[in-house]
Amino acid sequence: MKITRKDFLRLTGLSFLAAGTIEATHAIAGRSAAQESAPRKETPSQTVRWGMVVDLRKCRKDSGCDACIQACDSAHNIPQFSNPKHQVKWIWTQPYETVFPFIQNGYAEQTDAGIQVPLMCNHCADPPCVRVCPTQATWKRADGIVMMDWHRCIGCRYCMAACPYGSRSFNWLDPRPHIPHINPDFPTRTKGVVEKCNFCEERLAQGQRPACVDACPEKALVFGNLADPNSEPRQLLRERFAVQREPELGTGPSVYYLV
Amino acid sequence: MRDRIWIVAGLAVFVALITAPFWRARRDVGDLAKLPVLTLPANQTQCVAPVAYMRASHMKLLMAWRYQVVREDERKYVAFNGKVYQKNLTETCLGCHNKEQFCDRCHAYAGVPSPYCWSCHNQPQAGASAVSAAALQPQAQPAPGARRSPDRLLSRMSGWPVSPVPRRAQ
Amino acid sequence: MFMFEKALEGSRRYWIWLFCVLAVIAVGFVFYMYQFNVGLGVTGMSRDVSWGLYIAQFTFFVGVAASAVMVVLPYYLHDYKAFGRITILGEFLAITAVIMCMLFIFVDLGQPARIFNMILHPTPWSLMFWDMISLGGYLLLNAVITLVTLTAEREEVAPPAWIKPIIILSIPWAVSIHTVTAFLYAGLPGRAFWLTAIMAPRFLAGAFCSGPALLILFCLILRKTTGFDAGQKAINALAVIVTYAMAINVFFILVEIFTTLYSRIPGDMAPLEYLYVGLDGNYHLVPWMWLSGLLAVFSLSLLLVPSWRGNRVLLPIACLAVFFSLWLDKGLGLIVGGFTPSPLDTITTYTPTLPEWSIVIGVWAIGALMITVFYKIALGVHEEIGEEEVHESVLVAGAAGR
Repeated sequence: MKITRKDFLRLTGLSFLAAGTIEATHAIAGRSAAQESAPRKETPSQTVRWGMVVDLRKCRKDSGCDACIQACDSAHNIPQFSNPKHQVKWIWTQPYETVFPFIQNGYAEQTDAGIQVPLMCNHCADPPCVRVCPTQATWKRADGIVMMDWHRCIGCRYCMAACPYGSRSFNWLDPRPHIPHINPDFPTRTKGVVEKCNFCEERLAQGQRPACVDACPEKALVFGNLADPNSEPRQLLRERFAVQREPELGTGPSVYYLV
Repeated sequence: MRDRIWIVAGLAVFVALITAPFWRARRDVGDLAKLPVLTLPANQTQCVAPVAYMRASHMKLLMAWRYQVVREDERKYVAFNGKVYQKNLTETCLGCHNKEQFCDRCHAYAGVPSPYCWSCHNQPQAGASAVSAAALQPQAQPAPGARRSPDRLLSRMSGWPVSPVPRRAQ
Repeated sequence: MFMFEKALEGSRRYWIWLFCVLAVIAVGFVFYMYQFNVGLGVTGMSRDVSWGLYIAQFTFFVGVAASAVMVVLPYYLHDYKAFGRITILGEFLAITAVIMCMLFIFVDLGQPARIFNMILHPTPWSLMFWDMISLGGYLLLNAVITLVTLTAEREEVAPPAWIKPIIILSIPWAVSIHTVTAFLYAGLPGRAFWLTAIMAPRFLAGAFCSGPALLILFCLILRKTTGFDAGQKAINALAVIVTYAMAINVFFILVEIFTTLYSRIPGDMAPLEYLYVGLDGNYHLVPWMWLSGLLAVFSLSLLLVPSWRGNRVLLPIACLAVFFSLWLDKGLGLIVGGFTPSPLDTITTYTPTLPEWSIVIGVWAIGALMITVFYKIALGVHEEIGEEEVHESVLVAGAAGR
């Protein structure tokens, strides 16, 4: 069998094409595979992944304590709107049954009744809000914090539709007149941008813990590096049974609840 | 030629519109031939960069700072003379400069009044210069009944009950 | 320029109509300025229902825009001559609808001045980015196609050959705009009502009945007001398209309802319950959704009987019913249903406010203005060459001879 020059060139071309396709497939599949496994395992290069563990046994939300919410609100200039439609929430509480409907067994009213669960942005490993944002105004930092750039947000609110946890708030009106005491060290927001919990990245930069963690009188909120096996949250997760909110969605929340 | 009146009217509107910035600046600043008087910081002699650079390009520096702080977690600025500053509008810039007596005066004169920095960024609690504390607490608590808040106004306009009902709450 | 002079001459009635439309636009603009100054809090949207009428109208009119393909495809791919006179009307409808879509997105933005961040920071993993590409591209394609074909028609020459591939490209492109718009919603975790693979097909079916229904209505209005006759054959063919698409649309809706109701997964059922039977004492949208369903059944029963479908009185009624059924379904229920109940199981009612409605009606009025001017231009060109034909042959009597 004789191979003509034309055949040779054709074969070479096809081989290159095939090799290229395989490379491209690997690149795409490899990337998505890495993303899928991210919620469970940190990539080896990731040395810091900030996370929070909330001990619901210690939290006294049911007895009216809202120290963490107060601390966050005043640290971040959260406006207080009386109209619930316009509310801005970074950390807030919600009844246990609505937060963890999958833990309900139907006969647990006695123990669960009235438990209020503190909620905040989960700083997901694979955040849907980041996936949908059309301007990269929200993105994921190397240390796991899902950040917001209020300079860039165009206010399309696609991230609010995408977030399965209802963690995002929109500034329906100018927030400034509704902030009781403006903390000059943190910017307020302008009307028309989306905001959410930022894990106090401005405090982390100064070596401090998040405001809510420091404010909790019961030390029910534990913050630390999930990538470090010896960190405080990792120790707690080893010892106690912990749940995440809607882990089946594959978002990989960085906030854990000890029940 | 019966269209003459329309053409002249159209031209007049055009001229009025295109010269509007000058009229506005005249109204806001007064005599445009006089350069604005800026109050310089009392406690410092050197800015984070040479004056000529700051005068021409402070907006570029601010944009770079904002990008680096927000998006790259880079908060330290090493100045041309080796001094280290925090990249922080409220703390660093307004720690020396007074917004009304420095930023605003020049911006009004140049016809670029109030960039949107100030819709979010605050002035420091105790300013370097003599500005009353009241002025530094902008719209913290609107006087009761002073002005109807838009919030109330529109809830009246829509007139719908708005409270969210928690399901299975009790 | 662009044959625009055709729009500047018209009857007294034409000018009164334009004036009314402009007045409505002005009212909408004033309310938009109010929203621009105060914030989107002037609407009925909330932390829980964070998209409302604007985005719903956007979604609905993407469908209207895509539906132009239902006249373009038979005419250019199957050489279906009867659509010769209305193809241009379909394309102008597409242009109008796309511009309306863009306006609806624009008025929904919290920071409209920053809209170019979409281009400044292109983000290919966001479906919003692809929606911008597909809508913008579709607008461009249709603008080029209408300009070139209409110019050729006016000069009574065949359109240049290079336009044909562009027209062919516009066909899959039309499908893409509504597919991408469906993907905006269908790719979100945690919104059970939207998380369905049939959303894009259902959007297309809905588009291919509501758009042509609107086109039939426009043709009938034009016959009344201008004497332009689209041709009974074309109208009948459009009516058949509406019938099939509506039947498929209803089928898709029933498929959705079956899957949800028979599987009985609470999270999936809740939005449907909220929309059709009410949830925890909230019956806000129930009458509207049932009205949509009844209109669907009603229109379908009119359309499925050939003699009724051909009836001059019943056809426009059926078309109106189709349009409003889809408008309620897609322009209202789809968005609110996706947000209710919220991820934390709360129900926040959404009711559009007066400013919100005014802005929406203002955008509709801009659509009405555009469609009036475009059709005026198209029919002007038709008349211009039609008159010459009368001079040349004595054959054409029907339309001109009243």
